[in-house]
Amino acid sequence: MAEWNAAKPKNAVAAWVEERLPILSLVNNVVGVDTPTPRNLNYWWNFGSLAGLMLVVQIISGVVLAMHYTPHTSLAFDSVERIMRDVNYGWLIRYMHANGASFFFIAVYTHIFRGLYYGSYKAPRELLWMLGVVIFLLMMATAFMGYVLPWGQMSFWGATVITNLFSAIPVVGESIVTLLWGGFSVDNPTLNRFFSLHYLLPFVIAGVVILHLWAKKISDSGNPLGIDVKSNADQIPFHPFYTIKDAFGAGVFFFVFAAFIFYMPNVLGHPDNYIPADPMVTPASIVPEWYFLPFYAILRSITFDIGIPFTDIVFIPAKLLGVLAMFASILVWLFLPWLDTSKVRSGKFRPTFRWFFLFLVIDMFVLTVVGGKKPEGIWPLVGLIGTAYYFAYFLVILPLLGKIEKTLPLPESIANPVVKAAE
Amino acid sequence: MSTINETIEAEDGATRRDFLHVAAAGMAGVGAVMAAWPFIDQMNPAADTLALASVEVDLSAIGVGEAVIIKWRGKPVFVRHRTEAEIEAARAVPMDVLVDKQPDAERVQEGHAEWLVVLGVCTHLGCVPLGTKEGDDRGDFGGWFCPCHGSHYDTAGRIRKGPAPKNLEVPTYAFVNDTTLQIG
Repeated sequence: MAEWNAAKPKNAVAAWVEERLPILSLVNNVVGVDTPTPRNLNYWWNFGSLAGLMLVVQIISGVVLAMHYTPHTSLAFDSVERIMRDVNYGWLIRYMHANGASFFFIAVYTHIFRGLYYGSYKAPRELLWMLGVVIFLLMMATAFMGYVLPWGQMSFWGATVITNLFSAIPVVGESIVTLLWGGFSVDNPTLNRFFSLHYLLPFVIAGVVILHLWAKKISDSGNPLGIDVKSNADQIPFHPFYTIKDAFGAGVFFFVFAAFIFYMPNVLGHPDNYIPADPMVTPASIVPEWYFLPFYAILRSITFDIGIPFTDIVFIPAKLLGVLAMFASILVWLFLPWLDTSKVRSGKFRPTFRWFFLFLVIDMFVLTVVGGKKPEGIWPLVGLIGTAYYFAYFLVILPLLGKIEKTLPLPESIANPVVKAAE
Repeated sequence: MSTINETIEAEDGATRRDFLHVAAAGMAGVGAVMAAWPFIDQMNPAADTLALASVEVDLSAIGVGEAVIIKWRGKPVFVRHRTEAEIEAARAVPMDVLVDKQPDAERVQEGHAEWLVVLGVCTHLGCVPLGTKEGDDRGDFGGWFCPCHGSHYDTAGRIRKGPAPKNLEVPTYAFVNDTTLQIG
């Protein structure tokens, strides 16, 4: 378990502050010289800090955009165009914010799948992982509401389709949708509240990130070998070793980010969102942003009811089942620490698990493709198979595999990564 | 303290103080719910949103086989002047092939079978189905086709194929006279 070391600053002013508010100790103990960290972290461990940096980028660019944006149905689209054409560097700030959302999700997805491979969700890091799931859910809500604000065709119809998901809830569904809309369709009250919440939620995310880091301090960082730290020889201070490594990773990441902002700022967006919202005309195809596609594919792949065969008795209609499947696909992560029964954390020492994990990664890419296609021809079937594997991985494969898999012998320690002779 | 508690302890072991605790916490809970309600209900449609007037439609401009889209409460309403063939097609459908079983006669008003008035909102996830404008894809059953997730509606606005669970909703409407329709 983590130890807490008091900072002893040499600077008189710093010492004076530290004595009254130990904020230097706080930083030192979470990401500083007093944070012993496993010495073997690889580059997959960069993506947590990258996600944190992207949150900062989004908050700064977003606060500035809000100074020029008008949340009203008759002015929103034009105010965004004004940001693009007239506001000094408005184009740059808006492209940073729009592509920033994508790069935030790239960082977070990589971070999540690193955790899935190296078993970062296992004891004693269950709460650390679950707080991460909460951050991801908040991010999805924030990104969705942000996409509505420019009030283009995709904004409007995306908002209509997603808020209508709640109409699938029995009995109270329609009332909930009216409550979300503040009217009888997505309209000005909806735009106003989405703007308010889009501004609020990033700060809620920042709060949960602090809890996430606190839990990380208490349970220590995991590491690629998945074995516990045994001695000081296994660890190095976070600063300067990982601050430098994270900074280098951030440089590479921002290099790619800048390439998108300056050379292909609209590649990840949908051209229809440059058409002002029209409640009377639905675009030929409605596609969510790329980072929602796998979950959208799961939603659409359910086209059957659950009921008594050969009768009209239906317990769960297809629409509700699809919505339940979509929410369950993320909520299942909350139970992951207990679904995976293997005592070995790292996928490095689980030869069979590695294959199933590889298929899960491929499955996510397949579902992303399916989510972007019209539900015709072969795609609904591919989506259904992809959805089935996704749930099988978490609900069947991980619980069973932990009991039957023969894992490889674990190394002696992080500092001495040789395998003990087989007994 | 203990002597006081002993003196007022009831036979079943509960004290007067226990009762006061529970009663106070209960009242605080009721108060909290009452205080929360305005913050939830403010999200519901405001008075001016609810007061949106009904709309009138001039039917004389809609020829047989044609349809129009009217905006009502921020939503599209389809008003369709059905042909004899379309009405017969809708009436000929056996009940057991329907997902949301409703005869054509229940979808229109008596004596006005040629006028089909439905909300232009797909009952799946709220897109506007195609089929009102000339040249639109009307789907496999000659009514409407929703491009979002592929729901097909027939000439009575009933769901026939695809993920939508219900028929297109029929709003409240009345015929003011032979050529004027009032929605709402």
